[in-house]
Amino acid sequence: MPALCVGTPFRKGTIMTASITSTRKEAPPQSTAPTPRPDRRHKDHPLWFLVPALIVLVVFFFIPTVFNFVYAFTDWSSFKSAINFIGTENFVSLFSNGTLLNSLKVTLIYAVLVAIFQNLFGLILALLLERDTKVNRAVRVAFFVPVIMSALAVGYIFQALLKPGGALNGILSFVSGSEVSIAWLGNTTWTIVVVALVHAWKWMGLSMLIYLAGLKTISEDVVEAAKIDGASWWATFRKIRFPLLAPAVTFNVATALLGSMNGFDIVQATTEGGPGGTTELLNIFIFRTFGQGLFAQATTMSLVLFLTVMILAFPLISILRKREDVL
Amino acid sequence: MSTTTAALNRRRRTASEKRRFIQPAFALAAAVLLLGVPFWLVISTAGKNQAEAFNPNLAPPSDWRLFENFAQVFDDGRMVTAFFGSLLVMVPAVFGVLLLGSMAAWVLGRRSSRGMAMVYALAISGIVLPPAVVTVVLLLRQLGLAGTAVGMIGVYMGMYLSTVIFFVTGFVRTIPPELEEAARVDGASPIKVFARIILPLLVPVLATATILICLYIWNDVFYALFVIGGRIDTLPLNLYQVASAGLYLQNWHLIFSYIILMSLPLLITFIVAQRKIISGITSGAVK
Repeated sequence: MPALCVGTPFRKGTIMTASITSTRKEAPPQSTAPTPRPDRRHKDHPLWFLVPALIVLVVFFFIPTVFNFVYAFTDWSSFKSAINFIGTENFVSLFSNGTLLNSLKVTLIYAVLVAIFQNLFGLILALLLERDTKVNRAVRVAFFVPVIMSALAVGYIFQALLKPGGALNGILSFVSGSEVSIAWLGNTTWTIVVVALVHAWKWMGLSMLIYLAGLKTISEDVVEAAKIDGASWWATFRKIRFPLLAPAVTFNVATALLGSMNGFDIVQATTEGGPGGTTELLNIFIFRTFGQGLFAQATTMSLVLFLTVMILAFPLISILRKREDVL
Repeated sequence: MSTTTAALNRRRRTASEKRRFIQPAFALAAAVLLLGVPFWLVISTAGKNQAEAFNPNLAPPSDWRLFENFAQVFDDGRMVTAFFGSLLVMVPAVFGVLLLGSMAAWVLGRRSSRGMAMVYALAISGIVLPPAVVTVVLLLRQLGLAGTAVGMIGVYMGMYLSTVIFFVTGFVRTIPPELEEAARVDGASPIKVFARIILPLLVPVLATATILICLYIWNDVFYALFVIGGRIDTLPLNLYQVASAGLYLQNWHLIFSYIILMSLPLLITFIVAQRKIISGITSGAVK
């Protein structure tokens, strides 16, 4: 706040000197120096403009993150008022009863599956709807509707669709001619794949749009030249167009992977972490334990999520960026 | 030579003619299978009575009662309160991140020093790093903001400032500094330069950021469950409560009616402004 009070008089000072020099030299001030002196530039873009944003970031983002590193080592819970340090006990108990590794494994598998499916579907849709026809434009808009829907709502829709007596099994029964009653959301091995597919379904419209924008940036000449040389559609795509899509791939893979590590809504609405904890993402665990009043354990898992994302994010982004540079 | 090109052209023309029919057929088939089935399930089930909707299937309702069901969720689902609750947290949060974010982004985009680069890196780290959702509740309790709209707005602002700062800083760097200089010569203070020159130029990028952040906040349930769950109703929170914890348990016609109603505001906005929204979102991602 004091920075705000200091900023204003400084500003007046510069205006005064500027007007003095201009009257004395009889020349427009912008021509006095092509590059303004650094101290002058600093007054033109005062630091206090940063202060409100930094206050909000520090209070609501950085301090809670620092608290994560503190309260993960305490026995903070709703059952007692005092909070005591207990060292690494939370980590040890979550590690030894298997929940930490299970949730971590589920989260990573989920994130990788979502990244694969979402990008695959998005890219296929982009290639399918690439030409600017009326039908394609309408279908693109339709595929964007799931993106703007609530993820929780999408979860409930698929819960109804994938029930053993639900619509999908109804369609499959109709097509195959015999009764199909697969428990899509009740399989300890495959349900994670199913929920990842639902997540990819919700977001594939966004990936599609970004791939479409990427395809638009590729010059027609390059593709035309390849065609004249007799390259097939597939060869042109694999050798020329896909490598040129690198920036779009970077964005899509990074957002899908890191975004789904933070997933919650779809899994909560379809399986609530079941069956048998096989779809229990870190955020589902955090929500459940928080609801039980075990705040310190929830904090510990929140810290695990934070560290996992941090460890993955920076190498991932730099690897994907490097791939762009090579081209 | 000319005959071969003619033959090639002819072949290409027939191939493209074939594509002209096959491609739209595939596009429409994909839309019907992937979107038509789930959306039809929602609409038809929302039009059924309780008995018919008990086990949702793709059969059309024997008697459409869509609007009766809408009226029922509207009356007993606390939907109106939830709608205003959603607005209450979304509007100030979006306005706040846009204003504070672009102020910060202006300075970050114009000044270049080691310190600034570090502040920038920290400020945009929130794009990838997940918020500490448990300890933020503790912090809000200590600040006396637990369960309040102000607390929720603060949490959303802390989460999405990074996105705004990232988008806007990149955009600020593309604005020629001479535009500011001209105003400065006329004696404009930094506030005036920012408000009169910079902010109007930022409109396209701010529009994109608004869309993205509205989308996130309007549909958020995870952070809302921690911060304001049980105190203030928002649409997704209310959906979670009615669908999972009682009122409409297994009453699919009401759950789907609720989903249709809560999706309408964003859906209508999207249909009205789809071109701008789509071009806004894509321009930010691929540079």
